[in-house]
Parts: sequence; structure tokens; C-alpha cells
Amino acid sequence: MGEYVIEMLNITKEFPGIKANDNVTLQLKKGEVHALLGENGAGKSTLMSVLFGLYQAEQGVIKKDGVEVKIKNPNDANALHIGMVHQHFKLVEVFSVLENIILGVEPGKAGIVQKAAARKKVLELSEKYGLQVDPDAKVENISVGMQQRVEILKMLYRDNEILIFDEPTAVLTPQEIDELMEIMRNFTKEGKSILFITHKLNEIMAVADRCTVLRKGKCIGTVNIADTTKEELSRMMVGRDVEFAVEKKSAQPGDTVLKVRDMVVPSKVHANNAVKGVSLDVHAGEIVCVAGIEGNGQTEFVYGLTGLEKITGGSVELCGRDITHAAIRERSKLGMSHIPEDRHKHGLVLDYTLAENMVLQRYWQPEFQKHGFIKKDAVQKYAEKLIAEYDVRSGQGPVTIARSMSGGNQQKAIVAREIDMDPNLLVAVQPTRGMDVGAIENIHKQIVAERDKGKAVLLISLELDEVMNLSDRILVMYEGEIVGELDPKKTTIQELGLYMAGAKRKAKEAAANE
Amino acid sequence: MNKKKSILENQAVNSFLASLISIAAGLVFGVVLLLILKPEAAMGGVKAMLGAGFSKLDNFAEVLYQAAPLMLCGLSVGFAFKTGLFNIGASGQYTMGAFFALFCALQLQLPWWVCLIASMIGGAFWGLFPGLFKALFNVNEVITSIMFNWIGMYLVNLCFANLPKTLASHNDRTANLTEANPSAVIPKAGLDKLFHSNYMSISIFIAIGIAVLMYVVLQKTTFGYELKACGMNRSASQYAGINAKRNIVLSMVISGALAGIGGGLYFLAGAGQYVLVKALLTRGFDGIPVALLANSHPLGTILSSFFISYLSVGGNAMQPNFSTETINIIIAVIIYLAAFSLLMKNMLAGVARRKKEKQKEAGK
Repeated sequence: MGEYVIEMLNITKEFPGIKANDNVTLQLKKGEVHALLGENGAGKSTLMSVLFGLYQAEQGVIKKDGVEVKIKNPNDANALHIGMVHQHFKLVEVFSVLENIILGVEPGKAGIVQKAAARKKVLELSEKYGLQVDPDAKVENISVGMQQRVEILKMLYRDNEILIFDEPTAVLTPQEIDELMEIMRNFTKEGKSILFITHKLNEIMAVADRCTVLRKGKCIGTVNIADTTKEELSRMMVGRDVEFAVEKKSAQPGDTVLKVRDMVVPSKVHANNAVKGVSLDVHAGEIVCVAGIEGNGQTEFVYGLTGLEKITGGSVELCGRDITHAAIRERSKLGMSHIPEDRHKHGLVLDYTLAENMVLQRYWQPEFQKHGFIKKDAVQKYAEKLIAEYDVRSGQGPVTIARSMSGGNQQKAIVAREIDMDPNLLVAVQPTRGMDVGAIENIHKQIVAERDKGKAVLLISLELDEVMNLSDRILVMYEGEIVGELDPKKTTIQELGLYMAGAKRKAKEAAANE
Repeated sequence: MNKKKSILENQAVNSFLASLISIAAGLVFGVVLLLILKPEAAMGGVKAMLGAGFSKLDNFAEVLYQAAPLMLCGLSVGFAFKTGLFNIGASGQYTMGAFFALFCALQLQLPWWVCLIASMIGGAFWGLFPGLFKALFNVNEVITSIMFNWIGMYLVNLCFANLPKTLASHNDRTANLTEANPSAVIPKAGLDKLFHSNYMSISIFIAIGIAVLMYVVLQKTTFGYELKACGMNRSASQYAGINAKRNIVLSMVISGALAGIGGGLYFLAGAGQYVLVKALLTRGFDGIPVALLANSHPLGTILSSFFISYLSVGGNAMQPNFSTETINIIIAVIIYLAAFSLLMKNMLAGVARRKKEKQKEAGK
């Protein structure tokens, strides 16, 4: 037996128009955290899907403990004790946590599920690894962090030894990320091996032992984390030097573009209001960031602001016009553009082509239609222009179906579309979610460029680095209220964290007097 | 070689081929069934089923005559599919369209084109309700439109029963249109003489015209773009400032209007009389397989309605050796297998890919 538990040798996997994996080799040692790093669309998820049996590689072999194996479907993977936490969780929403964990391997007698034994095992596992879950809660009612713990427990319940995490931290709060890192370390102490897909370099430096870098489907190399630096990793990944700090001049705030007063938005999940009287101004030429831990009313605030949800109190003014009850199209005509939080729900019509999605906000403009007929050529040309300018990568260019694109490139397409609308106000909700450092750098540059052109930018972000780097002014939202205003130049991440956790807040009167 | 590969990779060609293969598989099954049921008559039956439609001009005229209303029902269901709705109420809308048309023709003695427009309005009116319920109260359109099938049928029967002028002497069906109001019969434009058949009229050309129009609306206009966006992702269309509620109502209205015209085309052809029985007209439901076979594509609907109409004419020619039930089973199997066309599509794509790889290897 060699030192590797899993070896993927010379894997090649092709999709129409694109070679997702080109002769990639990955070797996983027992008891290590092995990071898999690469840009959006570099082929990380494809490689893991090959290992998990979701795709079949055209070439190459997979070895477990030195013996060649064929993995035709996830059941085969399971039999080899390979488990995977997918980027988008695979849970049955109306089932309880326990039911989800045992799904597919239900212990049964004569066709009747023996839940008691399963419950005991789940509780033991949850205790042992510090994975707090409520086995009887319905999955639709629990937080994203807990859903992830359910996914992890699913792997443990099946006695998996090789654990694949596909971008597990994209949806987590900073605290939850720390917890997850700790859990991963515990796993490796037990002799489990972890494959960790991410493009967050900090996390790799913190938790991984080795790292394999992919770029455009090709294997660039495998390095020991102890012998490398963040800068080197990002150079391997992107193929050039990446600046982590956003370079920007100080802001020149101009006229008030957005004026929100006492906005109240009801919650969909509980009887209370999700947004409780938020007031804020955004001026031309500045980036204002609303920071906060997920679920403190940011989503509902954006819905109220952009018109996706009716607000029950307060007012919204854009460029001096009252848009409190304006239709979404009206807001967009007045120069509001919106990079939505949920790109699959709001941002894209997944079964439309990339070109059709690029004009989602503009198809009605004279540039793209005449007497109600869409000018196909104009749409095509416009899409080609945006694809080139924003480096949106896809299999077949403008005619690619959006669904078949990688998540990061879908996001790039949305950002391109919204920025190119030349808005007065850009509402950007987690604009770099799920993107690699190279793409993040680009998007940050573009947002700063918009600001320098005199646009107002309202950024809603959970990423503390992004908040600190990009914004000119930080507003902290906690439980539906703005609890603090901070200057990123004068504050620290720690102080910001205290506000976000609700441990510190500005007196209401003081805020009103400002 | 090269050309063949690119053809297989083309989406539209691929879909078309997939449908053809599915149909062929269904026909083979049909032959087997006939052999089991009545071996001595099987070959004659197959010949009748496949050949009857083209064997004589008047048979072909009947194919076209039945295809026209079927095409409209297929367009109705397909249009709703494209916009994310399942309009199972085409039957009720078809019936309502028939009523409006016959009311105008028999009671008001209006010319055919007014009656046809009336049928459109009738169908649209009956599609409006499920649309409103869906948009305003989020009631599933399948449930409401099934209800409205029955409501529509009884309402139409009730109305006819109380309009003696519209009825034939036996009171169990509507009056013969050619006698009661010849101006309301869809013009034959000499086609009846050409085909030696009373069934032949310009209705098939009206139907094809409407199919082309629907294709243009769905594929080329901003309106179609909005409707399809709503159908595929309601949240995203709302985000893009599209009035999703309005579009849902409009899709159902248009879908209803199409089924309504179908009713108008059938009963204004002059050959059919509306019979007052307590049963839903099946043609509206036949629109579902027509739409499925065509993958909801308006131009594909032209072909699929021809095809199904052709089979049913062929089926009639199989009598008396085979019962109508047998014939219906075979048609149903063919349609059922057509649902596998997606599977076929993937297989064809696989064939294309493998060929490409082989070529590449040969190139090396």
C-alpha cells in the first residue's frame, strides 16, 4: 500500500466546446487536507464530480489505496467511502434533519424505518465532532450553516473516509467558517482525508497541508502549503500577479443619489419586521457598504429598495424622485441597477442563452427592438462586446445556455450586464460571491471605476475583506436596524465584528443627530 | 462526413430526428400489436393505416380537414407550455369557441370571418379565468382549467338548448350550417373541386398562418421574450421589471384564443354539427400530444398535427377488420414513445460526439 488513499491519474473530461479537465493528476494522502485551487471554470468541480461518479472521465484512471477502481455513480463512490458536500446542498427541504441524513441508507426492518437506532448514531456523531443539529427540525427551517452540518453528518453517517468539500465556505459567516476549519482539522486527526475546493487563499493557508492548482482545465502543480505563500498560489492560479488590496483614490462624494427614510419591510419567515426603520443616504461618487451577518435583514432591505418586495413603511428617493411605490421597470429607468444576491433565482433565466440574459434588463430599449421585434444581431453583438470586456467564459459564447456555465462566469455575466447599464445607483449584493481572486480583483476595479465616474454604489457584503477594502463608508446592520456607521480607514475588523455581532451599537439618538 | 457531424450537432435537426425515430418505434409496435390481434388481416391493416391518407385525394382532404383544428389545439397547449403553464383546459376553450362561432352563425346569421373572430373571443374569454386565478391567487391552472372544461361544456349545452333557432329538427344537435347559413361556412376557394371532397376548405391555410404567426411572436418579439422569461423563471422576470402577473393572464388568454379558433375552424367547416351530449370534446385534449410531439414548437406543431390527423384517417380505413379502440391504442403508443424523444436526442448527441472523437483520433 502506497502513501496515497486516492489517486486520480491523467484525468481528461470534455464537454461540448470545452475541455474541462485536461490530463489532470491529483494524489490525496491519508490524513491530509488537500486543497484544490483554481479560477472559476478551471475544472475543479468537474474533477470532483468525476471522483464522486457524477461524470465519467474519457481518459485516465482512479486508484483507491493503489488499486484501480471504476466509479460509475455516487453509489460506487459511497462504497469506496468517498463522500461529498456539494456547493449547492442536496437536501430534501420538507424532510427532517434526521430523515435527510439517513436518506438512501435507512436502517429498516420489514420495510419499516428504524429511526431510533439512526437517531442514536446521528447524535453520537454530532456530539463527537461538535456538529450541532436538531434532528427533528425541517431542513427548510434551518440556517444555511446548519444545513451544511447536515451534509457533513450525512458523510459521517455513511462512514466515509474521503471527504470532498466543494466550496463549503461560500455560504458561511466568518464565525461559521472558523468552526468548519476546526471540524476539518478534527477529521484529519482521525485519519480521514479531505479534498477541499475553494478559491479563498486565506482558508487554504489556514487549514490545508497541500494544494493542487488548476488553470483552464490543466494541472499547474501541487505544492506544500508550508513552503508557499498566498502570492505564489494566486500567481499559479491566475497566471499573473494579483493585487489583494484595492487601489483607489479617496472618495469625492457629490449629491445625494439615494435617500432611504425609515424603511420597514415585513419578514417572510416570522411575524416581526425584517427591516425596522432603516434610514441611509448614498451620494454620487462613494461606495457605501451595508455589512452584517447573514439574516439580519439585508436581503429584505435590498428587496424593499429594488421593488422586489413591497415596503410597509418609510420612503425611498432616487435622484430626487420618490420611488417608494414605483414599479421595478420604473426604478431601472431612473438608473438603478441591481446585482442580486441569488443569481439563479433572480439574476438569470437559466434556460435562456447568455446573449438573451445579457439584455434581460434592456431588451425593450430601442437599441434592441423595433416595433416589438427583437433585433437579434444587435443583441448578439452587444453580448459579444460584454463577453469580451468582462472576460465571461463559456463553451459556445453568446449562444451558450446560461445553465451550462460555471457559477463564477454566470456571476460575471450579471455584473457585466448591470454595470454596463450605466446606472446612477448600483446596488451590488455580494457581487463577488463564489469568484476567484483574479475575477474579484477585476470586479472590484470595475466597481471603483464606477464610483470614480460619479456613480453611487451601495454594496451589501458578508465578506469582511471586501467590506474593508472597497467601501468608503460602512453601515452595520443588525437585526433589521443600522447599528453603526464606521470609516474603514479608522476602524478595525475586530471592531466591525463587534458591531456585526450586536455587541456594540451606536445610540439611536446619536445616529439621528448626525 | 464533416457535414453529417454538424447536422447531428444542430439542436433543431436533432430534435426532429429524435421525433422521427420515436415515431418509427411506435409504428413497429403497432405492427406487432396488429399481428397478435389478427395475423391474417395485419398486413392489410398496416397498409391501410400508413397508406390511406395519401391513397386518395379525398382521404388527403380529410387529413387536412382534421389537422386544422388539431393544429390550433396543439398550438394552444404548446404556447402555454412555452410560457410555463399547463393548459389542460383547451377542451373547454375549444367548446366555448365553437359556441361563440355557432351562435354568431346560426342565431345572428353573420358571415364566416366574423364567426371565426367570435370563436377566438370565446376561447380567450374561457382562458381568462384560469389565468386570473393563477396570477392573483396562485391557484394551479391545471385544477381551474379542468373545472372550466366541465363548466364550459354544460354552459354551452344549456345555451344551445335554450336557443331553438340554432338547433336541428331533432333538438339533439346544432343545425346543419350549409343549410342554415351558407355564408358562415369557411370558403372552399375551389379546393373542394380540386380535391373532389367537401371536407376541403381554406381552414388548413388559416391554421398554418396562425402557427407561423405564433412562431414569430414567441421567437422574434419582445412580447414573446417576456412570456418565455416568465415561464422559465418568474422571479428573474420580476427582477427584470416584467409584469409577471399580467403575462400569466395574457398567456392563458392567448392560449384559450387559439383553442377557441380551433373550435371555430372545425364547426364552421360545415361538415360537423355540435352534439348536445354530456361529454367533453376530446380534440382539446388531443392538443396535448400534438404539442408534446412538436416539443411545443409552433412550426413543429404543423407537422405533428398533420401526422396525428393522418394516423386517425388511416385508422378509420382499418375498419372493420380492427376496432377503433385498437387503432386508438396504436396512436396512443406512438405518441407515448414520442415522449422518449428527449432520450433519443441525448443518444443522437452521443453518436455525434463519438464520431467526432473517432475523427480526431484518425487525425492523430
